[in-house]
Amino acid sequence: MSLLKVTDLKVSYGGIEALKGISFEVPKGQIVTLIGANGAGKSTTLRAIMGLVPLKSGGITFDGREITSLDTSRVVAEGIVLVPEGRRVFPNLTVLENLRVGAYLRRDTEEIENSLRYVYERFPRLEERSWQMAGTLSGGEQQMLAVGRALMARPKLLMMDEPSLGLAPLVVRDIFGIIKRLLEEGMTILLIEQNANAALRAADYGYVMETGRITLEGTGEELLKNQRVRDAYLGQARKKR
Amino acid sequence: MNGFERLFPYLLAGVSVGGQYALIAIGYTMVYGILRLINFAHGDIFTVAGFFMVYMSATMPLVVSIPLTIILTVLLGFTVERVAYKPLREAPRMSIMISAIGVSYLLQNLMWYVTGGLAKQYPVLPWLSNSVTILSATTKIVTIVTPLLTVALVLLLLQLINHTKTGMAMRAVSRDFETAKLMGIKIDRVISISFIIGSFLAAAGSLLYFTNYPTVTPTVGAMPGLKAFVAAVFGGIGSIPGAVVGAFLIGISENLIKAFGYSTFSDAFTFALLIVILLVRPTGLFGEKTIDKV
Repeated sequence: MSLLKVTDLKVSYGGIEALKGISFEVPKGQIVTLIGANGAGKSTTLRAIMGLVPLKSGGITFDGREITSLDTSRVVAEGIVLVPEGRRVFPNLTVLENLRVGAYLRRDTEEIENSLRYVYERFPRLEERSWQMAGTLSGGEQQMLAVGRALMARPKLLMMDEPSLGLAPLVVRDIFGIIKRLLEEGMTILLIEQNANAALRAADYGYVMETGRITLEGTGEELLKNQRVRDAYLGQARKKR
Repeated sequence: MNGFERLFPYLLAGVSVGGQYALIAIGYTMVYGILRLINFAHGDIFTVAGFFMVYMSATMPLVVSIPLTIILTVLLGFTVERVAYKPLREAPRMSIMISAIGVSYLLQNLMWYVTGGLAKQYPVLPWLSNSVTILSATTKIVTIVTPLLTVALVLLLLQLINHTKTGMAMRAVSRDFETAKLMGIKIDRVISISFIIGSFLAAAGSLLYFTNYPTVTPTVGAMPGLKAFVAAVFGGIGSIPGAVVGAFLIGISENLIKAFGYSTFSDAFTFALLIVILLVRPTGLFGEKTIDKV
Protein backbone atom coordinates (compact mmCIF):
# COMPACT_ATOMS: atom_id res chain seq x y z
CA MET A 1 0.00 0.00 0.00
CA SER A 2 1.29 3.42 -0.86
CA LEU A 3 1.82 5.76 2.02
CA LEU A 4 2.51 8.72 -0.24
CA LYS A 5 1.08 9.11 -3.68
CA VAL A 6 1.94 12.04 -5.93
CA THR A 7 -0.06 12.47 -9.12
CA ASP A 8 0.84 14.71 -12.04
CA LEU A 9 2.40 17.38 -9.88
CA LYS A 10 3.14 20.70 -11.58
CA VAL A 11 4.96 23.62 -10.02
CA SER A 12 6.01 26.92 -11.57
CA TYR A 13 8.42 29.46 -10.19
CA GLY A 14 8.34 32.90 -11.72
CA GLY A 15 7.22 31.65 -15.12
CA ILE A 16 9.55 28.64 -15.22
CA GLU A 17 8.02 25.21 -14.90
CA ALA A 18 10.09 23.46 -12.27
CA LEU A 19 7.91 20.35 -12.20
CA LYS A 20 6.19 19.39 -15.42
CA GLY A 21 3.82 16.79 -14.10
CA ILE A 22 5.47 14.11 -12.04
CA SER A 23 3.85 11.06 -10.48
CA PHE A 24 5.37 8.61 -8.04
CA GLU A 25 4.56 6.54 -5.00
CA VAL A 26 6.24 5.69 -1.75
CA PRO A 27 5.06 2.36 -0.33
CA LYS A 28 4.82 1.98 3.41
CA GLY A 29 7.95 0.71 5.13
CA GLN A 30 10.12 1.18 2.09
CA ILE A 31 12.75 3.61 0.93
CA VAL A 32 12.28 5.39 -2.34
CA THR A 33 14.85 7.66 -3.87
CA LEU A 34 14.70 10.45 -6.40
CA ILE A 35 17.95 10.94 -8.23
CA GLY A 36 18.92 13.43 -10.86
CA ALA A 37 21.19 16.32 -11.66
CA ASN A 38 21.14 19.70 -9.97
CA GLY A 39 18.03 21.60 -10.98
CA ALA A 40 16.11 18.52 -12.03
CA GLY A 41 13.38 19.42 -9.54
CA LYS A 42 14.10 16.98 -6.73
CA SER A 43 14.11 19.54 -3.94
CA THR A 44 11.14 21.31 -5.45
CA THR A 45 9.23 18.03 -5.28
CA LEU A 46 9.86 17.70 -1.55
CA ARG A 47 9.09 21.37 -0.96
CA ALA A 48 5.84 21.01 -2.86
CA ILE A 49 4.82 18.04 -0.73
CA MET A 50 5.57 20.07 2.41
CA GLY A 51 3.42 22.94 1.16
CA LEU A 52 6.37 25.32 0.95
CA VAL A 53 5.80 26.11 -2.72
CA PRO A 54 2.41 26.65 -4.34
CA LEU A 55 1.24 23.94 -6.74
CA LYS A 56 0.02 24.69 -10.21
CA SER A 57 -1.86 21.43 -10.43
CA GLY A 58 -1.72 17.83 -9.39
CA GLY A 59 -2.58 15.87 -6.29
CA ILE A 60 -0.85 14.51 -3.22
CA THR A 61 -2.39 11.90 -0.95
CA PHE A 62 -0.83 10.65 2.22
CA ASP A 63 -2.04 7.64 4.17
CA GLY A 64 -5.23 7.74 2.13
CA ARG A 65 -5.88 11.42 2.84
CA GLU A 66 -5.78 14.34 0.49
CA ILE A 67 -2.97 16.70 1.54
CA THR A 68 -2.68 18.77 -1.63
CA SER A 69 -1.97 22.42 -0.84
CA LEU A 70 -2.23 22.00 2.91
CA ASP A 71 -0.39 24.40 5.17
CA THR A 72 3.11 23.21 6.07
CA SER A 73 2.19 22.84 9.73
CA ARG A 74 -0.81 20.68 8.73
CA VAL A 75 1.42 18.49 6.57
CA VAL A 76 3.77 18.02 9.52
CA ALA A 77 0.79 17.18 11.71
CA GLU A 78 -0.25 14.54 9.18
CA GLY A 79 3.11 12.86 9.73
CA ILE A 80 5.48 14.01 7.01
CA VAL A 81 8.75 15.54 8.08
CA LEU A 82 11.51 16.91 5.89
CA VAL A 83 15.17 16.95 6.82
CA PRO A 84 16.14 19.95 4.72
CA GLU A 85 19.16 20.26 2.49
CA GLY A 86 22.13 21.74 4.29
CA ARG A 87 20.81 20.46 7.64
CA ARG A 88 19.46 23.83 8.73
CA VAL A 89 19.69 23.22 12.45
CA PHE A 90 18.88 26.32 14.50
CA PRO A 91 22.38 27.52 15.43
CA ASN A 92 21.05 29.86 18.13
CA LEU A 93 19.25 27.05 19.95
CA THR A 94 20.89 24.37 22.04
CA VAL A 95 20.98 20.79 20.79
CA LEU A 96 18.23 19.90 23.25
CA GLU A 97 16.09 22.85 22.13
CA ASN A 98 16.56 21.85 18.51
CA LEU A 99 15.22 18.43 19.37
CA ARG A 100 12.33 19.88 21.35
CA VAL A 101 11.40 22.24 18.56
CA GLY A 102 11.18 19.14 16.36
CA ALA A 103 8.34 17.98 18.61
CA TYR A 104 6.67 21.38 18.39
CA LEU A 105 3.26 20.13 17.32
CA ARG A 106 3.09 17.30 19.80
CA ARG A 107 1.08 17.65 22.97
CA ASP A 108 1.91 14.30 24.60
CA THR A 109 4.51 15.61 27.05
CA GLU A 110 5.48 12.22 28.47
CA GLU A 111 5.82 10.60 25.08
CA ILE A 112 8.06 13.43 24.00
CA GLU A 113 10.49 12.47 26.74
CA ASN A 114 10.45 8.92 25.39
CA SER A 115 11.21 10.17 21.91
CA LEU A 116 14.04 12.21 23.32
CA ARG A 117 15.50 9.09 24.93
CA TYR A 118 15.03 7.23 21.67
CA VAL A 119 16.94 9.91 19.75
CA TYR A 120 19.71 10.07 22.36
CA GLU A 121 20.07 6.29 22.22
CA ARG A 122 20.60 6.45 18.50
CA PHE A 123 22.82 9.50 18.62
CA PRO A 124 24.76 9.44 21.90
CA ARG A 125 26.84 12.35 20.60
CA LEU A 126 23.78 14.56 20.79
CA GLU A 127 23.19 13.73 24.42
CA GLU A 128 26.81 14.59 25.26
CA ARG A 129 26.32 17.93 23.60
CA SER A 130 22.74 18.62 24.57
CA TRP A 131 23.55 21.99 26.17
CA GLN A 132 25.79 23.16 23.38
CA MET A 133 24.54 25.64 20.82
CA ALA A 134 23.80 23.72 17.64
CA GLY A 135 25.90 26.18 15.66
CA THR A 136 29.02 24.83 17.36
CA LEU A 137 28.52 21.26 16.15
CA SER A 138 30.49 19.72 13.29
CA GLY A 139 28.78 19.13 9.96
CA GLY A 140 28.24 15.44 10.70
CA GLU A 141 26.86 16.14 14.15
CA GLN A 142 24.55 18.76 12.69
CA GLN A 143 23.23 16.19 10.23
CA MET A 144 22.60 13.79 13.11
CA LEU A 145 20.80 16.58 14.90
CA ALA A 146 18.72 17.38 11.84
CA VAL A 147 17.67 13.74 11.60
CA GLY A 148 17.08 13.50 15.35
CA ARG A 149 15.02 16.68 15.25
CA ALA A 150 12.89 15.20 12.47
CA LEU A 151 12.40 11.97 14.41
CA MET A 152 11.15 13.99 17.40
CA ALA A 153 8.01 14.69 15.38
CA ARG A 154 7.44 10.93 15.17
CA PRO A 155 6.88 11.03 11.42
CA LYS A 156 5.21 8.34 9.38
CA LEU A 157 7.23 9.47 6.38
CA LEU A 158 10.72 10.87 6.65
CA MET A 159 11.91 12.87 3.67
CA MET A 160 15.61 13.62 3.41
CA ASP A 161 17.10 16.16 1.06
CA GLU A 162 20.76 15.43 0.29
CA PRO A 163 21.71 14.19 3.73
CA SER A 164 25.25 13.33 2.65
CA LEU A 165 26.01 16.66 1.00
CA GLY A 166 29.31 18.12 2.13
CA LEU A 167 30.06 15.39 4.64
CA ALA A 168 33.19 13.25 4.93
CA PRO A 169 32.86 9.73 3.45
CA LEU A 170 32.95 8.15 6.89
CA VAL A 171 30.11 10.33 8.07
CA VAL A 172 28.18 9.57 4.91
CA ARG A 173 28.47 5.91 5.77
CA ASP A 174 27.08 6.67 9.23
CA ILE A 175 24.14 8.47 7.71
CA PHE A 176 23.29 5.54 5.46
CA GLY A 177 23.70 3.25 8.46
CA ILE A 178 21.09 5.31 10.27
CA ILE A 179 18.77 5.20 7.29
CA LYS A 180 19.07 1.42 7.21
CA ARG A 181 18.28 1.13 10.88
CA LEU A 182 15.26 3.40 10.61
CA LEU A 183 13.93 1.18 7.82
CA GLU A 184 14.40 -1.89 9.96
CA GLU A 185 12.28 -0.17 12.57
CA GLY A 186 9.54 0.27 10.02
CA MET A 187 10.08 3.87 8.90
CA THR A 188 9.14 4.96 5.40
CA ILE A 189 11.73 7.13 3.71
CA LEU A 190 11.83 9.33 0.64
CA LEU A 191 15.44 10.17 -0.11
CA ILE A 192 16.97 12.66 -2.48
CA GLU A 193 20.63 12.24 -3.26
CA GLN A 194 23.28 13.45 -5.64
CA ASN A 195 25.28 10.49 -4.41
CA ALA A 196 23.19 8.29 -6.67
CA ASN A 197 25.30 5.24 -6.12
CA ALA A 198 24.77 5.10 -2.37
CA ALA A 199 21.12 6.12 -2.71
CA LEU A 200 20.28 3.40 -5.23
CA ARG A 201 22.07 0.78 -3.21
CA ALA A 202 19.95 1.66 -0.21
CA ALA A 203 16.69 2.15 -2.10
CA ASP A 204 13.87 -0.28 -2.72
CA TYR A 205 12.72 1.78 -5.63
CA GLY A 206 14.06 4.77 -7.50
CA TYR A 207 12.98 7.48 -9.87
CA VAL A 208 15.27 9.41 -12.16
CA MET A 209 14.36 13.05 -12.66
CA GLU A 210 15.44 15.28 -15.51
CA THR A 211 14.40 18.90 -15.87
CA GLY A 212 11.11 18.57 -14.05
CA ARG A 213 10.11 15.14 -15.35
CA ILE A 214 10.53 11.58 -14.24
CA THR A 215 12.29 9.86 -17.11
CA LEU A 216 13.07 6.48 -15.65
CA GLU A 217 12.03 4.34 -12.74
CA GLY A 218 12.76 0.94 -11.33
CA THR A 219 14.03 -0.91 -8.32
CA GLY A 220 17.32 0.28 -6.92
CA GLU A 221 19.09 -2.68 -8.44
CA GLU A 222 17.58 -2.20 -11.89
CA LEU A 223 18.60 1.43 -11.95
CA LEU A 224 22.10 0.63 -10.77
CA LYS A 225 22.49 -1.69 -13.76
CA ASN A 226 20.83 0.62 -16.25
CA GLN A 227 23.36 1.94 -18.74
CA ARG A 228 21.75 5.37 -19.03
CA VAL A 229 21.81 5.82 -15.28
CA ARG A 230 25.37 4.59 -15.08
CA ASP A 231 26.51 7.02 -17.75
CA ALA A 232 24.67 10.00 -16.41
CA TYR A 233 24.78 9.67 -12.63
CA LEU A 234 27.19 7.02 -11.53
CA GLY A 235 30.21 8.45 -13.29
CA GLN A 236 31.22 5.17 -14.82
CA ALA A 237 31.29 6.20 -18.45
CA ARG A 238 34.84 7.38 -18.13
CA LYS A 239 36.05 4.04 -16.87
CA LYS A 240 35.17 2.33 -20.13
CA ARG A 241 38.60 1.73 -21.57
CA MET B 1 26.16 70.55 47.94
CA ASN B 2 28.65 68.02 46.67
CA GLY B 3 28.91 66.73 43.11
CA PHE B 4 26.88 63.62 43.66
CA GLU B 5 23.98 65.47 45.23
CA ARG B 6 23.93 67.81 42.29
CA LEU B 7 24.02 64.99 39.77
CA PHE B 8 21.65 62.62 41.55
CA PRO B 9 18.35 64.11 40.34
CA TYR B 10 19.65 63.96 36.77
CA LEU B 11 20.76 60.38 37.19
CA LEU B 12 17.35 59.50 38.52
CA ALA B 13 15.65 61.20 35.60
CA GLY B 14 18.06 59.48 33.24
CA VAL B 15 17.30 56.04 34.57
CA SER B 16 13.60 56.77 34.34
CA VAL B 17 13.75 58.07 30.78
CA GLY B 18 15.98 55.14 29.94
CA GLY B 19 13.28 52.78 31.17
CA GLN B 20 10.71 54.45 28.93
CA TYR B 21 13.04 54.23 25.94
CA ALA B 22 13.68 50.59 26.79
CA LEU B 23 10.00 49.70 26.73
CA ILE B 24 9.67 51.20 23.25
CA ALA B 25 13.02 49.88 22.04
CA ILE B 26 12.05 46.27 22.73
CA GLY B 27 9.26 46.56 20.18
CA TYR B 28 11.71 47.74 17.52
CA THR B 29 14.27 45.11 18.30
CA MET B 30 11.87 42.16 18.54
CA VAL B 31 10.20 42.92 15.25
CA TYR B 32 13.57 43.45 13.63
CA GLY B 33 14.83 40.19 15.10
CA ILE B 34 12.02 38.25 13.50
CA LEU B 35 11.07 40.14 10.34
CA ARG B 36 14.29 42.10 9.68
CA LEU B 37 11.95 45.07 9.48
CA ILE B 38 12.39 48.44 11.12
CA ASN B 39 8.84 49.10 12.14
CA PHE B 40 8.66 52.83 11.58
CA ALA B 41 5.09 52.88 12.84
CA HIS B 42 6.15 51.73 16.30
CA GLY B 43 6.78 55.25 17.63
CA ASP B 44 3.35 56.29 16.39
CA ILE B 45 1.71 53.34 18.07
CA PHE B 46 3.31 54.63 21.24
CA THR B 47 1.76 58.06 20.64
CA VAL B 48 -1.64 56.64 19.74
CA ALA B 49 -1.53 54.79 23.06
CA GLY B 50 -1.24 58.24 24.66
CA PHE B 51 -4.41 59.40 22.90
CA PHE B 52 -6.25 56.20 23.73
CA MET B 53 -5.57 57.04 27.35
CA VAL B 54 -6.68 60.65 26.89
CA TYR B 55 -10.01 59.65 25.37
CA MET B 56 -10.67 56.60 27.54
CA SER B 57 -9.93 58.36 30.79
CA ALA B 58 -12.27 61.19 29.84
CA THR B 59 -15.26 58.93 30.15
CA MET B 60 -14.09 55.99 32.23
CA PRO B 61 -12.42 55.46 35.56
CA LEU B 62 -8.71 54.68 35.50
CA VAL B 63 -9.16 51.04 36.49
CA VAL B 64 -11.01 50.59 33.20
CA SER B 65 -9.21 53.07 30.98
CA ILE B 66 -5.69 51.86 31.72
CA PRO B 67 -6.30 48.21 30.81
CA LEU B 68 -8.47 49.29 27.89
CA THR B 69 -5.69 51.53 26.58
CA ILE B 70 -3.27 48.62 26.73
CA ILE B 71 -5.71 46.28 25.00
CA LEU B 72 -6.50 48.78 22.24
CA THR B 73 -2.82 49.46 21.66
CA VAL B 74 -2.08 45.75 21.41
CA LEU B 75 -4.98 45.40 18.99
CA LEU B 76 -3.63 48.27 16.93
CA GLY B 77 -0.15 46.75 16.72
CA PHE B 78 -1.63 43.39 15.78
CA THR B 79 -3.88 44.92 13.11
CA VAL B 80 -1.08 46.99 11.59
CA GLU B 81 0.97 43.82 11.14
CA ARG B 82 -1.91 41.86 9.63
CA VAL B 83 -3.02 44.59 7.26
CA ALA B 84 0.20 46.30 6.25
CA TYR B 85 3.03 43.78 6.70
CA LYS B 86 1.64 40.28 6.39
CA PRO B 87 0.54 40.61 2.76
CA LEU B 88 4.13 41.60 1.95
CA ARG B 89 5.77 38.55 3.52
CA GLU B 90 7.21 37.35 0.22
CA ALA B 91 7.91 40.82 -1.15
CA PRO B 92 11.37 42.43 -1.15
CA ARG B 93 12.33 43.89 2.19
CA MET B 94 12.18 47.41 0.84
CA SER B 95 8.43 47.10 0.14
CA ILE B 96 7.55 46.25 3.70
CA MET B 97 9.78 49.07 4.95
CA ILE B 98 7.91 51.54 2.75
CA SER B 99 4.65 50.08 4.00
CA ALA B 100 5.84 50.75 7.55
CA ILE B 101 6.59 54.38 6.68
CA GLY B 102 3.11 54.60 5.17
CA VAL B 103 1.51 53.28 8.34
CA SER B 104 3.51 55.77 10.36
CA TYR B 105 2.15 58.70 8.32
CA LEU B 106 -1.33 57.25 8.33
CA LEU B 107 -1.38 57.04 12.12
CA GLN B 108 0.08 60.52 12.50
CA ASN B 109 -2.49 62.01 10.16
CA LEU B 110 -5.32 60.14 11.80
CA MET B 111 -4.21 61.65 15.08
CA TRP B 112 -4.15 65.13 13.55
CA TYR B 113 -7.59 64.50 12.12
CA VAL B 114 -9.13 63.24 15.34
CA THR B 115 -7.55 65.82 17.63
CA GLY B 116 -7.78 68.72 15.22
CA GLY B 117 -4.11 69.31 15.94
CA LEU B 118 -4.79 70.48 19.44
CA ALA B 119 -2.75 69.31 22.38
CA LYS B 120 -4.88 67.08 24.56
CA GLN B 121 -4.60 67.07 28.29
CA TYR B 122 -3.14 63.83 29.61
CA PRO B 123 -4.91 62.50 32.71
CA VAL B 124 -3.18 62.76 36.04
CA LEU B 125 -2.57 59.28 37.33
CA PRO B 126 -2.97 59.35 41.10
CA TRP B 127 -0.12 57.99 43.16
CA LEU B 128 2.19 57.84 40.12
CA SER B 129 2.06 61.63 39.85
CA ASN B 130 2.69 62.23 43.53
CA SER B 131 5.98 63.70 44.61
CA VAL B 132 8.60 61.90 46.61
CA THR B 133 11.96 63.02 47.91
CA ILE B 134 14.87 60.64 47.74
CA LEU B 135 18.16 61.91 49.06
CA SER B 136 18.58 65.29 47.45
CA ALA B 137 16.03 64.80 44.69
CA THR B 138 12.37 65.59 44.64
CA THR B 139 10.58 63.79 41.88
CA LYS B 140 7.36 62.05 40.90
CA ILE B 141 6.79 58.49 41.98
CA VAL B 142 6.59 57.47 38.34
CA THR B 143 10.29 58.27 38.00
CA ILE B 144 11.10 55.61 40.55
CA VAL B 145 8.49 53.14 39.30
CA THR B 146 9.51 53.31 35.65
CA PRO B 147 12.92 51.65 35.82
CA LEU B 148 11.69 49.05 38.30
CA LEU B 149 8.69 48.17 36.17
CA THR B 150 10.85 48.12 33.05
CA VAL B 151 13.34 45.72 34.59
CA ALA B 152 10.52 43.49 35.85
CA LEU B 153 8.86 43.40 32.42
CA VAL B 154 12.16 42.71 30.69
CA LEU B 155 12.94 39.82 33.03
CA LEU B 156 9.48 38.42 32.40
CA LEU B 157 9.98 38.75 28.66
CA LEU B 158 13.39 37.08 28.75
CA GLN B 159 11.85 34.26 30.75
CA LEU B 160 9.19 33.87 28.08
CA ILE B 161 11.71 33.90 25.26
CA ASN B 162 14.29 31.62 26.81
CA HIS B 163 12.17 29.17 28.75
CA THR B 164 8.85 28.63 27.03
CA LYS B 165 7.81 26.78 23.94
CA THR B 166 6.51 29.98 22.36
CA GLY B 167 9.82 31.66 23.09
CA MET B 168 11.68 28.75 21.51
CA ALA B 169 9.49 29.09 18.43
CA MET B 170 10.25 32.82 18.31
CA ARG B 171 13.98 32.18 18.43
CA ALA B 172 13.67 29.53 15.75
CA VAL B 173 11.62 31.79 13.49
CA SER B 174 14.02 34.68 14.02
CA ARG B 175 16.79 32.55 12.55
CA ASP B 176 15.14 30.56 9.79
CA PHE B 177 11.56 31.04 8.60
CA GLU B 178 11.42 28.05 6.34
CA THR B 179 12.95 25.51 8.68
CA ALA B 180 10.72 26.81 11.45
CA LYS B 181 7.77 26.08 9.18
CA LEU B 182 9.11 22.57 8.64
CA MET B 183 8.86 22.04 12.39
CA GLY B 184 5.18 22.82 12.18
CA ILE B 185 5.55 26.32 13.64
CA LYS B 186 2.96 28.77 12.36
CA ILE B 187 5.10 31.70 11.35
CA ASP B 188 2.25 34.21 11.19
CA ARG B 189 1.22 33.40 14.72
CA VAL B 190 4.75 33.91 16.03
CA ILE B 191 5.06 37.21 14.18
CA SER B 192 1.74 38.35 15.60
CA ILE B 193 2.89 37.48 19.09
CA SER B 194 6.01 39.59 18.68
CA PHE B 195 3.89 42.56 17.56
CA ILE B 196 1.52 42.01 20.47
CA ILE B 197 4.36 41.99 22.98
CA GLY B 198 5.99 45.02 21.36
CA SER B 199 2.74 47.00 21.42
CA PHE B 200 1.98 45.95 24.96
CA LEU B 201 5.34 47.27 26.13
CA ALA B 202 4.90 50.44 24.06
CA ALA B 203 1.54 50.99 25.79
CA ALA B 204 3.16 50.53 29.19
CA GLY B 205 5.96 52.89 28.15
CA SER B 206 3.39 55.39 26.93
CA LEU B 207 1.57 55.44 30.27
CA LEU B 208 4.83 56.01 32.11
CA TYR B 209 6.14 58.57 29.64
CA PHE B 210 3.09 60.80 29.29
CA THR B 211 2.49 60.87 33.01
CA ASN B 212 5.53 63.16 33.08
CA TYR B 213 3.91 65.62 30.68
CA PRO B 214 0.70 67.61 30.84
CA THR B 215 -0.39 67.06 27.24
CA VAL B 216 -0.16 64.81 24.19
CA THR B 217 0.16 65.98 20.59
CA PRO B 218 0.32 63.81 17.46
CA THR B 219 4.04 64.37 16.96
CA VAL B 220 5.19 64.22 20.54
CA GLY B 221 5.96 60.50 20.28
CA ALA B 222 8.36 60.97 17.41
CA MET B 223 11.34 61.93 19.57
CA PRO B 224 11.14 59.15 22.18
CA GLY B 225 10.36 56.77 19.33
CA LEU B 226 13.48 57.78 17.44
CA LYS B 227 15.62 57.63 20.54
CA ALA B 228 14.33 54.18 21.38
CA PHE B 229 15.25 53.20 17.85
CA VAL B 230 18.77 54.55 18.37
CA ALA B 231 18.90 52.59 21.63
CA ALA B 232 17.95 49.42 19.79
CA VAL B 233 20.67 50.01 17.19
CA PHE B 234 23.17 50.94 19.89
CA GLY B 235 22.48 47.75 21.81
CA GLY B 236 22.59 45.68 18.65
CA ILE B 237 19.28 45.50 16.86
CA GLY B 238 17.64 42.12 17.30
CA SER B 239 18.98 41.76 20.85
CA ILE B 240 16.56 42.45 23.69
CA PRO B 241 19.14 42.85 26.46
CA GLY B 242 21.06 45.07 24.04
CA ALA B 243 18.06 47.33 23.50
CA VAL B 244 17.49 47.65 27.24
CA VAL B 245 21.12 48.42 28.04
CA GLY B 246 21.26 50.85 25.11
CA ALA B 247 18.11 52.60 26.28
CA PHE B 248 19.35 53.09 29.83
CA LEU B 249 22.74 54.31 28.63
CA ILE B 250 21.13 56.84 26.30
CA GLY B 251 18.65 58.01 28.94
CA ILE B 252 21.37 58.50 31.52
CA SER B 253 23.81 60.16 29.09
CA GLU B 254 21.21 62.64 27.92
CA ASN B 255 20.42 63.70 31.42
CA LEU B 256 24.02 63.94 32.50
CA ILE B 257 24.63 66.21 29.53
CA LYS B 258 21.79 68.36 30.80
CA ALA B 259 23.31 68.29 34.29
CA PHE B 260 26.48 69.83 32.94
CA GLY B 261 24.54 72.61 31.35
CA TYR B 262 24.49 71.45 27.73
CA SER B 263 20.75 70.79 27.47
CA THR B 264 20.76 72.10 23.92
CA PHE B 265 22.97 69.24 22.85
CA SER B 266 21.27 66.34 24.61
CA ASP B 267 19.24 65.33 21.55
CA ALA B 268 22.18 65.93 19.28
CA PHE B 269 24.22 63.58 21.43
CA THR B 270 21.83 60.69 20.81
CA PHE B 271 21.86 61.09 17.07
CA ALA B 272 25.59 61.70 16.94
CA LEU B 273 25.85 58.43 18.83
CA LEU B 274 23.81 56.72 16.12
CA ILE B 275 26.22 57.94 13.44
CA VAL B 276 29.23 56.84 15.46
CA ILE B 277 27.79 53.36 16.09
CA LEU B 278 26.92 52.88 12.46
CA LEU B 279 30.46 53.86 11.49
CA VAL B 280 32.41 52.06 14.18
CA ARG B 281 30.34 49.07 15.20
CA PRO B 282 27.25 48.61 13.04
CA THR B 283 26.23 45.47 14.91
CA GLY B 284 25.97 47.42 18.17
CA LEU B 285 26.92 46.25 21.63
CA PHE B 286 25.30 42.81 21.57
CA GLY B 287 24.41 42.44 17.91
CA GLU B 288 24.86 39.33 15.85
CA LYS B 289 27.79 39.39 13.50
CA THR B 290 25.70 38.34 10.53
CA ILE B 291 22.60 40.40 10.04
CA ASP B 292 21.40 38.62 6.96
CA LYS B 293 19.82 35.22 7.16
CA VAL B 294 21.99 32.40 6.00
